[in-house]
Amino acid sequence: MIKAINIFKSFDETPVLKDISIDFEDGKCNLIIGKSGAGKTVLLKILAGLLHPNEGQVWYDETDFLGLTKKQVRRVRLDVGMLFQGSALFDSMTVEQNIKFPLDMFTSKTKKEKELRVNYCLERVNLAGSNAKFPSEISGGMQKRVGIARSIVLEPKYLFCDEPNSGLDPKTSILIDELIQGITEENNITTIINTHDMNSVMEIGDRINLLHLGKLAWSGNKAQVLESENEVLQDFIFASPFLQRLRQIALKG
Amino acid sequence: MITGLLYHFGRYLMMMGTAISRPEKWKMYGKEMVRQMHDIGVGSLIIVMLISIFIGAVSAVQFAYQLDGTLVPNYYIGYVVRDLTIIELAPTITCLVLAGKVGSNMASEIGGMRQKEHIDAMEVMGVNTSAYLVLPKVSAALIVIPLLVSLAAFLAVMGGYVASVPTDLITHAEYVQGLRSFFVPYNVFMMFVKAFVFAFILTSVSCYQGYYVTGGAIELGKASTNAVVVSDILILLADYLIAIIMTS
Repeated sequence: MIKAINIFKSFDETPVLKDISIDFEDGKCNLIIGKSGAGKTVLLKILAGLLHPNEGQVWYDETDFLGLTKKQVRRVRLDVGMLFQGSALFDSMTVEQNIKFPLDMFTSKTKKEKELRVNYCLERVNLAGSNAKFPSEISGGMQKRVGIARSIVLEPKYLFCDEPNSGLDPKTSILIDELIQGITEENNITTIINTHDMNSVMEIGDRINLLHLGKLAWSGNKAQVLESENEVLQDFIFASPFLQRLRQIALKG
Repeated sequence: MITGLLYHFGRYLMMMGTAISRPEKWKMYGKEMVRQMHDIGVGSLIIVMLISIFIGAVSAVQFAYQLDGTLVPNYYIGYVVRDLTIIELAPTITCLVLAGKVGSNMASEIGGMRQKEHIDAMEVMGVNTSAYLVLPKVSAALIVIPLLVSLAAFLAVMGGYVASVPTDLITHAEYVQGLRSFFVPYNVFMMFVKAFVFAFILTSVSCYQGYYVTGGAIELGKASTNAVVVSDILILLADYLIAIIMTS
């Protein structure tokens, strides 16, 4: 479990996060949603330790993450995987080398063991046989899947996904969502996903946290989204008249 | 301005403090260092060779012009070209050129990685990014740049020979006599001291400029330019300080 407690963050006197406290549960897809500029990415980066809050605490199970030394942080990070919005694959490396990078850096596995692990991860994201390709030779959706493969190669306990569906077509988005959900449940990972993809919200939102103007405006699961009368939530999720009509139909049963 | 300078100096020291630490995996750092040695060494060979030959040639021709009609013996041309290149031109000019070629390249490479979130990705994996991205580059430069400087000194002397002997400015015997006259081995030591110091400056400053890039393409361009400008200024300043310290 990851806990964010009373997080405050501002940039040049401009407050971005105001007193955010959220519990992210094990084995579930914990979503952070909200409009652009709501502070989702900042919160995710604080949770991943890429930014420091002005105030507040972040706990990884029993570990006070922000109270650790740099060396201790690096040790905790061996249990962390992260999928970036732009995939962040190393351009000069092949797909295989990208996935193998954490294994080369942090494990003493043999060449054969690394090869097996890389191939398993590639199969898991339905990209078997793409080992020798370079990131520039594969599509955006495939790059995201390679990013997922790289983030799970060290069998992490915590998985962060920053806008995993951005720039993808609806079908590929669903595929990515299913992958993340499957991996989360299989390995009982604490997964935190930062998204504004409505399909993801309704399909994999085990726990949904809505940020609005730097504050936690609503928290619940996908079943509660339809019934909630929270105006900020309704305004965000059912933004278009088409979606509002769908909601009415769904509520009528 | 002073506050800005102190801010950058402090941040530079902090980056270097984190960079100089025990690697997570020696093999990975070694691989990266070999890649950098190839990029810096082989990649800069042609430009260093060309510049050195011409520097030696121009020095010889111009010194011959200045000696014309004086009582100074001709063999002084060889002597002056030798000491000029060993003490000053080979380390300084080579490193100023390398700051432009290698330094800007390093700043762009690291800056690009920062912008594409590669550095964040490594950081989340648990990699000490300042060490992994800076240490192999600095180590490679400390090995390769003194070798390039030695080559530059040799080629400059050869350039002086080619420009002065076949053109009958002086004879072969005079040039060789000049090269053998008044040789002080300490000057070679000074050349290597300069090469090591300049190599450290140009790589660490360039890595610093790239590592802290924020923004987009314009900022990346600025970082690349700053890498060259700041490295050049610091190299010239260090050159002056080394000259004072080692010749007093």
